[in-house]
Amino acid sequence: MKYVDEYRDADLGRVLAGEIVATVEPGREYKIMEVCGGHTHTIYKYGVDDLLPANVELVHGPGCPVCVIPMGRVDDGIAVAHVPGVIFTCFGDMMRVPGGAGTLLDAKAQGADVRMVYSPLDALRIARENPDREVVFFAVGFETTAPSTALTLKRAKAEGIRNFSCFSNHVTIVPPLRALLESPDLRLDGFIGPGHVSTVVGARPFEFIPADYGKPVVISGFEPLDLLQSVYMVLCQLVEGRCEVENQYARVVPADGNPAALAVLEEVFELRPHFEWRGLGFISHSGLKLSEAYRDFDTELRFEVPGVRVADPKACQCGEVLKGVIRPWECKVFGTACTPERPIGTCMVSSEGACAAYYNYGRFAREREVV
Amino acid sequence: MCLAIPGQVVEFVDEPNRLARVDVAGVIRSVNVGLLDRDGDAARPGDWVLIHVGFALSKVDEEEAMATLKLLQGMGADYEAELEELKASVIE
Ligand code: SF4
Repeated sequence: MKYVDEYRDADLGRVLAGEIVATVEPGREYKIMEVCGGHTHTIYKYGVDDLLPANVELVHGPGCPVCVIPMGRVDDGIAVAHVPGVIFTCFGDMMRVPGGAGTLLDAKAQGADVRMVYSPLDALRIARENPDREVVFFAVGFETTAPSTALTLKRAKAEGIRNFSCFSNHVTIVPPLRALLESPDLRLDGFIGPGHVSTVVGARPFEFIPADYGKPVVISGFEPLDLLQSVYMVLCQLVEGRCEVENQYARVVPADGNPAALAVLEEVFELRPHFEWRGLGFISHSGLKLSEAYRDFDTELRFEVPGVRVADPKACQCGEVLKGVIRPWECKVFGTACTPERPIGTCMVSSEGACAAYYNYGRFAREREVV
Repeated sequence: MCLAIPGQVVEFVDEPNRLARVDVAGVIRSVNVGLLDRDGDAARPGDWVLIHVGFALSKVDEEEAMATLKLLQGMGADYEAELEELKASVIE
């Protein structure tokens, strides 16, 4: 238990680890998916999985927004970035995500005006400061991030800013979970629900998981102790034969979510019929585009966006990692051809990606020793 | 980009646009607090909030804010990078 001393309450950590061992039924395998990349990060940083018995396995889900952007959308962004007069803005993580034709960072090296921003409001300020240029914001993220883009667009509209547009790649959390649950090559026993997404959407959208699929969900905070407790809560449900949505992170996540954020999402965005996910393919009603009222701010209507489909590189097994079918280090190129410095797949780009989390915390070396 | 960093609201700089100055680990930057505008629960100076891409996402109590900060500091390079990006941000 070498990491427990760093927990907010180390004694509670030890007690929980003991309770988990006492709770699981020997001979039964438990596969629990943590949906959110932030959770994956904490799990490997603090070795939460080292505290779990061998028959409890944590599987990393599709909740890292940068990891799920397909190559074709990156290429579309790059095409827009190369349009003369365009200032192309995106979050830092997006700069290194490989498309079929390189990254946005490569596009910048080739002369495109690509700028990293911390907030969509920074992109809007750049638009205000450069009235003779077209400023495009490459929007990514789940319901955690989409309200920020939405409020930014509301402000752009109110101010009558005409040289600002949004290339929306926002996605929603429920459809990929449903797709995973429908996937035949996957066997999951329960879910650790995402903390930040749930502050916006609340706990209710996850109720279909117990209702339709009979599996428990526990929405969790981000501290190692939170995750340990959430794993324990999922295991308790499984052992007692219950399935419901429980909220371990109630100190931050209200059951109904954030009404102001949900209202602005409703106003500014609408669901696309389908959207492509890296490794998961097309998923119905899983992506957000700008609503009719905001069509003037839609990059895809303002510019010629190629809309090409690019197959993932052959060597890349991000899809299997995102579905939890293989562990990151089981990918053939993990740590050799694919590293955080030179990523082939997206899971290696963001520090919330499962491959990067494994790589950064020496997981690879440890796993190799025991194999 | 996935991190949510705790900060303490100092004062409003632009009420109509819901912009407030927030102290994040000693770095003071403008942040939009409009997502907290539900009935009677808007952010006020002194409140602790979790900040994500320049927007306050939720209110937390001080103990939660401190614990989250400690967790982030433990992340090292990722947290440093996020703070650097925040420092470079100029929201008006
Ligand atoms: S090692 Fe690279 S290519 Fe393989 S699954 Fe991870 S990110 Fe994808």
